[in-house]
Amino acid sequence: MAATYTPIASITLGAAAASVTFSSIPQTYTDLVCVVSAKAASTAFDLYLQFNGDTGNNYSWTALSGTGSAASSTRNSNGPAIQLDNQGSVRTGDFTANIVHIMNYSNSTTNKTVLARANSSTGVDLNVGLWRNTAAITSATLYINSFAVGSTFNLYGILGSN
Amino acid sequence: MPIFGITASSNMTTKLTDFYQIATTTLTGNQLQIDFDNIPQGYTHLQLRIIARNTEATTDSQTTFRFNDDSGANYSSHYLRGTGASASSGANTSNTKGYLGWNTGSSSTASNFGVYIVDILDYTNTNKYKTTRSLNGYDNNGSGNLWFVSSNWRSTSAITKISLTGDNQAGRNFVQYSRFDLYGIKG
Repeated sequence: MAATYTPIASITLGAAAASVTFSSIPQTYTDLVCVVSAKAASTAFDLYLQFNGDTGNNYSWTALSGTGSAASSTRNSNGPAIQLDNQGSVRTGDFTANIVHIMNYSNSTTNKTVLARANSSTGVDLNVGLWRNTAAITSATLYINSFAVGSTFNLYGILGSN
Repeated sequence: MPIFGITASSNMTTKLTDFYQIATTTLTGNQLQIDFDNIPQGYTHLQLRIIARNTEATTDSQTTFRFNDDSGANYSSHYLRGTGASASSGANTSNTKGYLGWNTGSSSTASNFGVYIVDILDYTNTNKYKTTRSLNGYDNNGSGNLWFVSSNWRSTSAITKISLTGDNQAGRNFVQYSRFDLYGIKG
């Protein structure tokens, strides 16, 4: 059996930046996993994801959240990006842990669904997001208001057995 | 819309060496049941990664599993669910199947599939009952659900076969383009 879970790209910010883009994503894997350890440079902000430079209102998401005192769920439809957190937003004081699974990203027959976990000092979230587009994903952009120096972004590819 | 950005496009070739392909099923037509049998016993944990849609004429359709063809009342499950409006939790006991969550049915928007990431821990251990963890969800741009599910199979047998169905109901078929990937994780 072949090993998989292959590092594709890694970014560590040396200067604050509003967004990070993984471009020219290889089309040779089944799923992508993006691991984000991020902090906000100015004010707390939610983490968003867009594909292939699409800024249209072609995204929706549903969140299941816990704050330490209550559980809740919310959603958004027809938005310009997938929100990857809710209560566990990117903070200024602590680095957030986000793991984003982009399932079956290179196929051109299904709309794309993302499963994301967010953990921060203020909460924990499980989010599902939809991009209403059957195109293969060739680039992925993560953004907040401004990522702080030291934020890291790692992209991995997982390849099924055929 | 981001104003300033960092772009990366580096290609790396190093693999994390503890995550291995085992088997994949990609459907070219409707199929009632997905079986992974003769599962190799050389790993510590298993992970299933799934995108699925079902022919059931509803917005969403439940996916369940059995291990080693055990249809006895030897499964129990607990879940945390988010509907987009509220969160809830529930359980069932002494069931004849374990639960993974819900994917889209045929009443959902075309081309929308549900996704699952399922971890099956210590599957070869013959001294433990087996516990699974499923992260699951689908979104239909205005409806959708998230499920965080654990299931317990009260058997100490090593898992050699996994069967997945639409709640073990006749006529509930997984549809074309549904994909089921099984991986092994070494300790």
